[in-house]
Amino acid sequence: MLIQGAKSGLLAALQTSPGIPIFPPRASTIAGGVDQLHYFLTVLTLFFTFVIFTIIFYFMIRYRRRSEDEQPPETVTLMPLEITWTLIPTLICVVVFAWSASLYFRNANPPNAATEIIVIGKQWMWHIQHQEGVREINELHVPVGVPIKLTMTSQDVIHDFFIPAFRVKRDATPGRYSSLWFQATKTGTFHFFCAQYCGEGHAAMIGWVHVMTPDDYAAWLAGTNRGETMTQAGERLFHQYGCVTCHVADGTGRGPSLVGQFGKPQKLRDGQSLTVDEAFLRRAITQPNSMPIPNYAPVMPTFQGQLNEEQILQLIAYVKSLGGEERKAKGQ
Amino acid sequence: MSAALAEAPPETRVHYLNANYGIKSWLLTTDHKRIALLYLASITLMFFVGGAMAVMMRIHLIDPAGALVHPDTYNKLFTMHGVMMIFFFLIPSIPAVLGNFLVPIMVGAKDLAFPRINLLSWYIFIIGASLTLYAMVSGGVDTGWTFYTPYSTTYANSQVMATALGVFVSGFSSILTGLNFIVTIHKMRAPGLTWFRMPLFLWAIYATSIIQVLGTPVVAIAIFLIGLERLFHVGIFDPAVGGDPILFQHLFWFYSHPAVYIMILPGMGVISEIITCFSRKKIFGYHFVAFSSMAIAVISFLVWGHHMFVTGMSVYAALIFSVLSFLVAIPSAIKVFNWTATLYQGSISYEAPMLYALGFIGLFTMGGLTGLFLASLATDVHLNGTYFIVAHFHYIMVGGAVMAYLGGIHFWWPKISGRMFPDTWARLAAAIVFIGFNLTFFPQFMLGYLGMPRRYATYPAEFQVLNVMSSAGASILGLGYMIPLIYLFWSIRYGPVAPANPWRAKGLEWQTSSPPPTQNFEVPPVVTEEAYAYGPPGSGREGAHD
Repeated sequence: MLIQGAKSGLLAALQTSPGIPIFPPRASTIAGGVDQLHYFLTVLTLFFTFVIFTIIFYFMIRYRRRSEDEQPPETVTLMPLEITWTLIPTLICVVVFAWSASLYFRNANPPNAATEIIVIGKQWMWHIQHQEGVREINELHVPVGVPIKLTMTSQDVIHDFFIPAFRVKRDATPGRYSSLWFQATKTGTFHFFCAQYCGEGHAAMIGWVHVMTPDDYAAWLAGTNRGETMTQAGERLFHQYGCVTCHVADGTGRGPSLVGQFGKPQKLRDGQSLTVDEAFLRRAITQPNSMPIPNYAPVMPTFQGQLNEEQILQLIAYVKSLGGEERKAKGQ
Repeated sequence: MSAALAEAPPETRVHYLNANYGIKSWLLTTDHKRIALLYLASITLMFFVGGAMAVMMRIHLIDPAGALVHPDTYNKLFTMHGVMMIFFFLIPSIPAVLGNFLVPIMVGAKDLAFPRINLLSWYIFIIGASLTLYAMVSGGVDTGWTFYTPYSTTYANSQVMATALGVFVSGFSSILTGLNFIVTIHKMRAPGLTWFRMPLFLWAIYATSIIQVLGTPVVAIAIFLIGLERLFHVGIFDPAVGGDPILFQHLFWFYSHPAVYIMILPGMGVISEIITCFSRKKIFGYHFVAFSSMAIAVISFLVWGHHMFVTGMSVYAALIFSVLSFLVAIPSAIKVFNWTATLYQGSISYEAPMLYALGFIGLFTMGGLTGLFLASLATDVHLNGTYFIVAHFHYIMVGGAVMAYLGGIHFWWPKISGRMFPDTWARLAAAIVFIGFNLTFFPQFMLGYLGMPRRYATYPAEFQVLNVMSSAGASILGLGYMIPLIYLFWSIRYGPVAPANPWRAKGLEWQTSSPPPTQNFEVPPVVTEEAYAYGPPGSGREGAHD
């Protein structure tokens, strides 16, 4: 009850806040919730700082030394007091933890219907590729009101994709995929930053998110000169690199057919069962020998170093297009 | 202790400073007090080197496009600032200077358990510091003090090896110091000095030493692996050969989060000494303050994951690390409440050490409470990697640890040097430091929430106003730190001669002369009362019934 009251009060204060540059633009579905918690914690911090300072100042004046000879009374430790001021911070911590954890937990998973966009960090720029094939550098165009899932990796060192207006941030790490998602609530142009130090040009890894109405976005996509879609590019690579010679669609090849595999469990020789997801496919392409599959000879060569991160993601997009269960969105 | 002996001017009395002269008598000393002074000189140098870098950074950031240096140089400045301040100033500050000077005296011993190892630890420290200074002048290092892989292992073209080796070597100094303190506190306490009669400074140093001994080897391993990776490309952290760059972060923060407590716990110990002395009161809740130090030491090893919430850690791991991070806040809150309650009905005076201590409580309270923003998952996602983090840890490490260090240096200066410092200047400096500090770092909380990432050599123009405020504060803060350097030096020659116990404080260190004789006590002391027996005569004595 108390939290609800505090929340609504804070929200009201939030909405009437004038244009003082204290809060960044609030432009995603989760930004309001994060700001409420931030407001609450700010009030909590100021309240306790004020209380401690007030008590200290009062004691400083009230009990200032008036003569060298004065004799303060013996300190008596009061157990009830100790217990009280142990329990109160504990309770506050429990409340804040529950609040923040539920907020985090609710927003950890992208909705199943999220539109996927690829983000690749490299020293010192952001490569972005839409499924339709449109490529951007340090610019990200998205439609408003549509959940967007960014699948991210890095070509070199660890970067971090940070959109303050959306209150989201996630590392882009070489050798693995991470994802973050958001749903923009207002059109406009917002900063994104690299928030993980990555070398000389770190501060130059800045770009803009352009949030557009769905119509404008469609027009922008249509008007941008695009080549192949990601799937088409993946299919081309699938032939170009000879994947198709073993991974024959009807299952008669030296490698397993990839049709309908995405999102399904796959048993390895050592007995463990993994879901065929982006990380699985990436590992299968770059380190095939690390995951031998029953009934197939481990003869696949590694493509580490032959394919760049973008090409691997295009191949994955192609494998996804071959069908399979839409993967249940999982927390990263 | 004969009063006449204790009050005699230092020139006419043999004490640890004039017992013998010459460079050899210092460089080959095994006297813990002289080693403390060796440390004091070394870390003061490192503090001002690291501080000069901070000043250059703040000047640079006045202009969004960068006012002073090339981005590459800026990256080296913040890296070297972090390395200097953390590994070569904050970690050794209170333990190696005040701890070295005070631990044997507070337990009533002649020296630490292993005096030669103590000297060895200083030499190891000097080797580590020299390597790092060499790295600085031979081109610098630009990995950030956190050495994140794979940047540090594969991509950085700066003096990573020399710096890493410097940090690696200095870690052994820290381990040896911690070991020495643990053994000394266990085995060399004077007759009557039971564990629960120990000053809280000793409890804090004890908890710190445990972290130093248990944690430092892990960061040494992590840094060693960086060296291996750079030299031989073994691939532990390199994803191209199946390594995992995130593994480094786990190893690094497993030490480096507890290291935050290596920096702040001794400061908490200093504050307990100062608050009780200048309010002439026994500490409120002695056992709670003592055990909270131990609780912090233990829990601090279980919270490292909160540095990594945005790395793609599992949601469930994140929840666990979040709840543990909240947990570690509680012992700190208990300490703040107990210090505040100690003032109640006290006889409070406001000499410079007390001003630093009160400043510490305020700034530490803010630093601790802003930590809750970062333990909270939802807000951490937004704040991680921004200036909010920078502001938060500077409130803990500068507002907390450095304030406590300066408070402690002032408090024990009469004991260390045998001279009084000019109190008016000292109070003025404390006030300037407090104001300059807040002006420097408070705007950074706001910058962080606005979204300005840390470690940015240039930044969008909308962040400029707050950056200029911060830079203005830094110039005031810099001035505040220069003043004590000057008057403390001045006082060595011109300050009034200090009596044995200028603050009328309790504690064994105040029962011997100022400065103490080489063997610390003319007569080995026997402890007959609790710590901080400031109450009415006899009230703290428990020997009769205990």
